[in-house]
Amino acid sequence: MPPNFANTIRRIVSSSLLIAAGLISSQVAAQSPLFQPLFEVLTHPRCLNCHTKTDFPRQGDERRRHAQLVVRGEDNHGAPTLQCSACHQDENVADGAVPGAPHWALAPLSMAWEELSPSELCAVLKDTSKNGNRNLEALFKHMSEDELVLWGWTPGGDRTTPPLSQPAFVEALRAWVDAGGPC
Amino acid sequence: MFTIRVNGVEHTVDASEDKPLLWVLRENLKLTGTKYGCGQALCGSCTVHVDGQPTRSCVMPISAVGNKQIRTIEDINTEHIGSLVQQTWQTLNVPQCGYCQSGQIMAATALLKNNASPSDQDIDKAMSGNICRCGTYPRIRKAIHKIAAEQL
Ligand code: FES
Ligand code: FES
Repeated sequence: MPPNFANTIRRIVSSSLLIAAGLISSQVAAQSPLFQPLFEVLTHPRCLNCHTKTDFPRQGDERRRHAQLVVRGEDNHGAPTLQCSACHQDENVADGAVPGAPHWALAPLSMAWEELSPSELCAVLKDTSKNGNRNLEALFKHMSEDELVLWGWTPGGDRTTPPLSQPAFVEALRAWVDAGGPC
Repeated sequence: MFTIRVNGVEHTVDASEDKPLLWVLRENLKLTGTKYGCGQALCGSCTVHVDGQPTRSCVMPISAVGNKQIRTIEDINTEHIGSLVQQTWQTLNVPQCGYCQSGQIMAATALLKNNASPSDQDIDKAMSGNICRCGTYPRIRKAIHKIAAEQL
């Protein structure tokens, strides 16, 4: 093997190690500071508990499996005769004990966010083959107006809310969208 | 005032908009077969059918009912499968104290209408929100299998 070729290989190997190291550190912080605040909101239990990669939703800040062995079901609305809407109404009820919002359901598996790094989550979020064919503006509309998304900030009972206020989230989302959705 | 359709009959009731359907059924309409257990969608004893879907009436505000058809335990025997479920519940002596059983029967009827030969897993998925303090689960499972095997 000519020496310069060996050098090239060495360079490729070491740069891919650097890339790998970058991926590992991205578990902690998003590469784009514009995505970081969004990542912190999207991975809050109010969002993540129904953006699971499992065949069931979770509940609580400790993200335990949903009681009553609730399952995802084929259309993300629960078992055929034990639907999410058997209990979840269009609003929080029973003095906040039972959370609710319009079209209560799990997010499809293509939108599972559990255990994703910020860059992975960012990519999944923007991938139109996974996100319901939404471009950045459609994502902005969905994430700033959808009633089920907004429920995250009015979850009822003593449930915690995401780290950013809803207006601050919309502002951060606007900045990210305007910048072309950097990951 | 709200007009709701229960067991095929229209009723106009005077109730505040957040009054749970359960209490409209029990207090306004005197349909006391549907039971109150927890009031928080945790036990299933208040299960009724809303457009055929088992629903916890203790958390459904009357204002959310609209034109949907409500069916309760008082009327479930008018459906073929509902009456099979009730008969088999008697044959196998499923109830113990009976408190949870109107909810169990509503859930089992909906399951069997949707699935004529449910597996144990299907039964778990459909029935796990209906709690029985007396632990009649094995008899409930047996009754569902018996109906599916012999009558559907
Ligand atoms: S009384 Fe409705 S679920 Fe317990
Ligand atoms: S039979 Fe007693 S609670 Fe179920």
